[in-house]
Amino acid sequence: METVFTRTPTFKDCPTHYCPGCGHGIAHRLIAETIDELDIRDRTIGIAPVGCAVLAYDYLDVDMIEVAHGRAPAVATGMKRTNPDKIIFSYQGDGDLAAIGTAEIIHAAHRGEQITVIFINNAVFGMTGGQMAPTTVLGQITATTPQGREAAGEGFPLQVSELLALLPGAIYVERCALSGAAGIRKTKKAIKHAFELQVGGAQGFSLVELLSPCPVYWRMTPAESMEWIEKEMTKVFPLGRLKG
Amino acid sequence: MAGKIIIDTERCKGCGLCVVVCPKSSIVISKKSNKNGYFPAQPVPADRRPVESGVEGAADTDCTGCCLCAIICPEAIIEVYRDQPNKIDIVAKPGKKGKPRLVEEKT
Repeated sequence: METVFTRTPTFKDCPTHYCPGCGHGIAHRLIAETIDELDIRDRTIGIAPVGCAVLAYDYLDVDMIEVAHGRAPAVATGMKRTNPDKIIFSYQGDGDLAAIGTAEIIHAAHRGEQITVIFINNAVFGMTGGQMAPTTVLGQITATTPQGREAAGEGFPLQVSELLALLPGAIYVERCALSGAAGIRKTKKAIKHAFELQVGGAQGFSLVELLSPCPVYWRMTPAESMEWIEKEMTKVFPLGRLKG
Repeated sequence: MAGKIIIDTERCKGCGLCVVVCPKSSIVISKKSNKNGYFPAQPVPADRRPVESGVEGAADTDCTGCCLCAIICPEAIIEVYRDQPNKIDIVAKPGKKGKPRLVEEKT
């Protein structure tokens, strides 16, 4: 029998600390597969976020660093400018990128830094206990919005990708969903394209947003949370290529 | 075409995404927990298979080796094997008047 699927070497062969059904494991695997397929493992530097994926450096077998909360694009800017031949990517959640790090991501995109950002949007702050994030959708029940998020009190969900797609410095912005095998296949293509742009020396900033399940703090089973992404979350965060 | 999957049940967290995604329903959640206390996914054992699914003693499941379970597995602990698929290569062979022509060849 022929092996048709096995774990890629860049995704270390160790158990992860993520909850059952979490999307981070899938996202890590897609990044690891992309790095192996493009054969850039020895010249890639990743930046782990603050959040659930803070231990991403334990799972991805590339050079990784950990930076202050939300400041990954600022550090990535310095790394790319001093080492232009290296492939720099940051892996950031919605608490990291869309809340505390909004200024950094907007200005890095605006300057057109040649970095790749993988943005994991799960609509809650996962690590701290499922509080409302800027990306929480209206009506969603979280620890800090027990009656559901209301626009009058908490404002509307923040669509970071749409914001960044307006900036001339951003050359590629796409939103994908980690729901179902078809969505994961499309996500892989998007991540690969973003890395290919950087490897090819494209002058500009690339970002891939992934809608990712958080079954524990959505209070659903993993299968229900995949359905919720497709039915509810994509209404607020429409999928597709926003730029590039 | 028959396929086979191997799930590392000690590292499975029993999220059940592979069970939902499998088009042949050939993965189930085990009744026995692993060392971490999760009930892991496993290929359908012989005694839990519907009778019509295949000849007794043949392949364990209806698995076709489509990889959907491995693609969705957040832990990346599913390995997928498949019987040598009939690959078709297009090769150039000498044809009439010595001109090469393209033919399909099974490998």
